[in-house]
Amino acid sequence: MDDLSRFKQTYFDESAELLAVAEAGLLRLAPGEIDMDEVNAIFRAVHSIKGGGGAFGFNDLVAFAHEFETVMDGVRNAEIPVTTELVDTLIRANDVLARLLSHAADETDAPAGTTGDTVAALRRFLGKAGEQADEAATTPSAAIPAAAALYPDDEDDEAGIFGDALAAIQAARDDQPEPVASGPAPVPEGKVRWTIVFRPKAELLLSGNEPAYMLRALRRLGEAEVVCHLDRLPSLRDLDAELLHLSWTVTLLADPQVDRARIDDVFEFVADDCDIRISAEAPPPAIIPPTVIPPAEPEPVPAANLPQPAAPAAAPVTPAATTSGAAKPGDGAKRTNGGTGGGDHAGPTTHTIRVDLDKIDRLVNMVGEMVITQAMIAEHLRDLPPGQFQELLEGLEGLAQHTRELRESVMSIRAQPVSSVFSRMPRLVRECAAVTGKEVMLVTSGETTEVDKTVVENLVDPLTHMIRNSIDHGLESPEERERIGKPRAGTVHLSAAHRSGRIVIEVTDDGRGINRAKVLSKAIEKGLVQPGASLSDEEIDNLIFLPGFSTADQVSNLSGRGVGMDVVRRNISSLGGRIGVYSTPGEGSRFVLSLPLTLAVLDGMVISVGEERFVLPLTNIVESLRPKPADLHGLVNKCDVMMARGEYVRLVHLHRLFDIPKAIDDATKGLVVLVETEDGSRLGLVVDEVLGQQQVVIKSLESNFRRLDGVAAATILGDGRVALILDVAGLREMSRHGAGNGNASAGSTPPSPSLPAPADKSDQRQRQTV
Amino acid sequence: MSSSTAIAPVSSRTDLQPSGTANGSEEQYVTFTVGSEEYGVNILAVREIRGWTPESRLPNLPDYVRGVINLRGIIIPIFDLRARFGGGQTQVTKRHVVVVMQVGERTRGILVDAISDILAIGHDAIKPPPDVDSGLIDAEYLSGLYTAENRMVTLLNVGKLFAGEHVDQDASRAALEPT
Amino acid sequence: MEPSVKKKVMTVDDSRTMRDMVSFTLRGAGYDVVEAADGQQAMSAIATNKVDLVITDLNMPVMDGLTLIRKLRAIPAHRTLPILMLTTEADESKKAEGRAAGATGWIVKPFNPDKLVSVVQKVCG
Repeated sequence: MDDLSRFKQTYFDESAELLAVAEAGLLRLAPGEIDMDEVNAIFRAVHSIKGGGGAFGFNDLVAFAHEFETVMDGVRNAEIPVTTELVDTLIRANDVLARLLSHAADETDAPAGTTGDTVAALRRFLGKAGEQADEAATTPSAAIPAAAALYPDDEDDEAGIFGDALAAIQAARDDQPEPVASGPAPVPEGKVRWTIVFRPKAELLLSGNEPAYMLRALRRLGEAEVVCHLDRLPSLRDLDAELLHLSWTVTLLADPQVDRARIDDVFEFVADDCDIRISAEAPPPAIIPPTVIPPAEPEPVPAANLPQPAAPAAAPVTPAATTSGAAKPGDGAKRTNGGTGGGDHAGPTTHTIRVDLDKIDRLVNMVGEMVITQAMIAEHLRDLPPGQFQELLEGLEGLAQHTRELRESVMSIRAQPVSSVFSRMPRLVRECAAVTGKEVMLVTSGETTEVDKTVVENLVDPLTHMIRNSIDHGLESPEERERIGKPRAGTVHLSAAHRSGRIVIEVTDDGRGINRAKVLSKAIEKGLVQPGASLSDEEIDNLIFLPGFSTADQVSNLSGRGVGMDVVRRNISSLGGRIGVYSTPGEGSRFVLSLPLTLAVLDGMVISVGEERFVLPLTNIVESLRPKPADLHGLVNKCDVMMARGEYVRLVHLHRLFDIPKAIDDATKGLVVLVETEDGSRLGLVVDEVLGQQQVVIKSLESNFRRLDGVAAATILGDGRVALILDVAGLREMSRHGAGNGNASAGSTPPSPSLPAPADKSDQRQRQTV
Repeated sequence: MSSSTAIAPVSSRTDLQPSGTANGSEEQYVTFTVGSEEYGVNILAVREIRGWTPESRLPNLPDYVRGVINLRGIIIPIFDLRARFGGGQTQVTKRHVVVVMQVGERTRGILVDAISDILAIGHDAIKPPPDVDSGLIDAEYLSGLYTAENRMVTLLNVGKLFAGEHVDQDASRAALEPT
Repeated sequence: MEPSVKKKVMTVDDSRTMRDMVSFTLRGAGYDVVEAADGQQAMSAIATNKVDLVITDLNMPVMDGLTLIRKLRAIPAHRTLPILMLTTEADESKKAEGRAAGATGWIVKPFNPDKLVSVVQKVCG
């Protein structure tokens, strides 16, 4: 089997996928209405893993899989009833199978006792119904006689030909000459020989089609030899004149310009009603990389010179799936149905290729650097005298446009639906529920929401923590819930959606909500809050995100490690995200997590304040304007507001927030950029100038430094200098707390996000002490 | 003079093993001057030495955080060593030098006046810092004193030098002591 | 002597690994191979490919192997098409069912590559 060992990796990859499918199906399995399709899918998954395992001699694996498969077979034949106990055992069996696979991959032995208990548990379900199957399967070691002994002596055990079937085939072959092989003459030089078997359905004439016209059309394409088949022609007495009982085989010698499409055209109107098979004789084309051929286009027939005398291996060139022998397993394009004419296209044709993730990542990085370079060029062109170099500028504009499109395309390659993360959650919920003794129902929505791979990967941990938290601390025990009139099973709702250029994920539970008294006292105890400080309910709720808040009593039999929400928040904000919580005591809590759609590139507006330049995400910008003095008003002498688009908007002077010298203070002499946060609240940012729109590559400030209030990340502009990418919601927070004096105010009270908006909530910023 | 000199590539691991020097307990230090004082840091933490380039300012931070620069595509902060020791911000010129250091997972630059030397210092030759009122000097970042000819070199603990809430919100992530 | 034309085999199996292994083995023996992941894909593929032999797994989604065999046999053009089924362990009942559906023969999974080639040669040349 050495030859086939090259497929081991394919087997492991495929088995991993199958295990995931099986697990998902098993988690959805419950007594009551059973989806037989899913049960069959689970059966097939185990069956395939077993089959492949046998090919590589993974005997332990095969033996165990066999036990598993036998039970699944019983379930799908409705011989074994589905009980919770059964499902639990099956899930365990799936885990054991996974472990055996990983030992097989590592080429290590599974420790003794890995399978024992589970096999016993599985067998218990077989009981009477399974006795037959059990006997056929017998004990594990004997269960797969042929499979285990890969080179048996008696070849009948491995394969067989039904005697009568073979005889029938031989007989039939002798009667019927093969249409294609009938012409031993080599294909003349410069021509292509097409063989068209045209077998129309009997009702063809009823739709007004006339086969004679099609044959005539074929004749026009080249030299045609037509043979008519009478095998379906009934006797005159039984003949229905309105039905067609004939079929034809046309051998067409045509010039190379006549391509498959031309021939298909002849049958355009009847393709669905006929069985048409078209093949050509020509030397096989050069190996064309599968990715280059667009699926719908027929392969062009290669030109003239055919080797003399007989075309060796004249493989019929049809646009159906033929992967070249050189293709690596698991690689390359596979098209199982590219042809027209009679074939239906309903089958799930896979027009996909498998690509190394590394290659995609490199591509994304390169596109990112291209964005920077393009910005640099734009920067230098800015200095050119206006009015000249028009074409150059236009060209650059075109380049910018293409770069933007390229960037979007590349990012969409890497975009994944969050379902890949969400799909792990049912398992987690089940485990958490079991450990804490609670009953939990998980509802998910928005799984198809797509986000860049870089972000998806970073979702698992925060989501895991939030869900664990909800189940452990949020939900009450089933008894308590009953007592207070709630359904025994708590609900955890997990959802994802796109909202103003970000992805927003919510984890909601219908448990007891946050215990504000406890949270507040703990915060005071830890010195995070001044005793006697008055905080709003929301402020208290969000104290759980403060560094140092998580404590020993967060440790339960679940978490053990006591990972707190502060760690979660830190990880989220290092991605440029935000997390907040809304809670109603007695009714539940809602965690809202928002993240940028990609960590790589951003469409931004470059603005200047004094000598500094900043970037504002385009998704936050409503408009830029220069207000007239009449539009500005003071508000209780504390801040300025401006009338814009029918509402009063607070003005924020960036130079005050960031302590920037030599900047324009008078909004009527500078510009106001009207920005909007995710929850719809608006601010007017006072800046010196708006320099222009630009795609920027997002660089982390935090990886080598730290997170700054009001700053989402950084980027490198065309001149090589670093510009900070501003975080509008953060700016709003900073400005609310009098940070406009230029210094951050002391104190550790978290700012209150007072807007009662249902959407995202900014995370809490720890105040700096200077 | 080239604007940047790269020291031999450093692994990013923080458990700095002494490099295989002839004398097993010796380690190499890069020394530099700030004003009239000379300081040294373990060479294993130094990634490169560059001439000064203008930083982009960061808002609302202590004066020793000068700003950030673009180091071949990554963004690193530049700290002013003079300011860190209370001597005010450096009046910087093109002749000033930035020592780019790798501390754990983080790359940072410190602005100094000039590079002095590379010294091989044995463990035993390092004297502990004198008993000074801890209110006067935050001794955490001093890992010891060394006498080179007649000069005193103050050896710095890179990880602790710029830790603390202004810089590193998680001080526990700071690197281990190089010595 | 007739010019030799490469015979084309279609392998139908929902397991990628299995398809890869069959393709590799048979191509190495000089056959062309077409792949399909289930019975329905196989029906589509055979409409546009002249196939000399079909090797099919039995357990597949959408359309299983036995149904595929029956459907193929129902088409006049494929009355004499050699069809082999892949079965696990010499399962007598499946063999009987396959025979009744019209299969030409069977091979046990996991297969011995040499055995596979020899059976293929026997049924389709």
